[in-house]
Amino acid sequence: MTTNLVLLAVLMGAVTYPSRALPLLAPGIERLPRWALDYLQLVGPAVLAALAAVSVMVVTTEDQPAFHVGVEWLAVLASIALMWWRHNLFYGLAAAVLLVAVARYLGWA
Amino acid sequence: MTPPVARPTQTVTVSRRQLWQESAGIAVSAVGFGFVYGLAARGAGFSLIEAMAMSLIVFAGAAEFAAVGYVVAGLAWPGVIVLTALLNARHLLYSAALAPWLKDRPVAERAAMAHVLTDEAFALSIAHFRRIGRPDRRGYWIAAIAATFIPWNLATLAGVTLGGQIADPSRLGLDVVFPAAMAGLCVGLITGRREVVAAAVGATVAVLVSLAVGTGVGIVAGGVIGPLAGMLVPRGAAHEEAPIGTGASAEHYSMPAVPHTAFEQADRADGPRTGDRPGPDEPMGPAS
Repeated sequence: MTTNLVLLAVLMGAVTYPSRALPLLAPGIERLPRWALDYLQLVGPAVLAALAAVSVMVVTTEDQPAFHVGVEWLAVLASIALMWWRHNLFYGLAAAVLLVAVARYLGWA
Repeated sequence: MTPPVARPTQTVTVSRRQLWQESAGIAVSAVGFGFVYGLAARGAGFSLIEAMAMSLIVFAGAAEFAAVGYVVAGLAWPGVIVLTALLNARHLLYSAALAPWLKDRPVAERAAMAHVLTDEAFALSIAHFRRIGRPDRRGYWIAAIAATFIPWNLATLAGVTLGGQIADPSRLGLDVVFPAAMAGLCVGLITGRREVVAAAVGATVAVLVSLAVGTGVGIVAGGVIGPLAGMLVPRGAAHEEAPIGTGASAEHYSMPAVPHTAFEQADRADGPRTGDRPGPDEPMGPAS
């Protein structure tokens, strides 16, 4: 069983903990400039969207990235739509998985 | 704008009962979401120890999910660490909002409380504090440990373990769980037009740069440039619904499909307001 990523987890925890702890332990330290707060608020949507898009639109074969079009796009769009409509991630995930499983079973993907 | 004044509306016993009910809903959500994270981590080649280390040490759902993607994309560790720090920086404001309530607790206890501070713990506990008009350390631990930490970690364990029993996850469509979860979580973070622009530009830049250079660089580029594009949207046109650090933002940043009662109470506990929420740098604490 590999443990290489345990160190990565420790480092990720090390950069996460100050955000959680500094204001509790040293009140007032969190007063960042407004532009920094605005930027930080937008990081989440940008990073998650980037990850989702790259996951379904880019495939790497023999170290060469290539644009990919497939049923996975529809699955992600279904997840987005259901999340927007029902505010429920599980409905979205279930629909995405079902869509891809059926498409592959039928040989469409 | 003056900080909100906390007026007790419930006894501790009644409020704790409500806290337990809300925590049960959060726990169910954490179990489902943690299980999916476990499956995704397993699919990305994480061992049980590695996946559990993420959940125990980092303990931040979106960042853990994102880490799965970073590793799959071959992103170098410094990039993973920088993006994690940026993604989790919102906790700074939750911590600031809780600080006035918890300032009398011993430093060691506050340090421990910080490790388990999540969107859900913030929303549940601050709503509880406001209902009773004072801090309640047991209430905080219920929100942070019983509602999220334990269910999340047990579910991660189950996801990784049971995921290993599935011979061909892609045949069942499980390989799409990760991008679908990322996209769904992204929608959950959108509280105005700036986020929409940041997400759209982030995705576009990430794909283009990935095709030109590689996926590791592409994800970082999207994550860094997307927010800059979002900031170009004038504040007046942003239609921001939930400034970060407020109860409303906790709702948006939380695991989706959780009861909204706690979040709504966190925002309205001070009685009707005419649209003025506390700003990001105004702690939502008790009257001093």
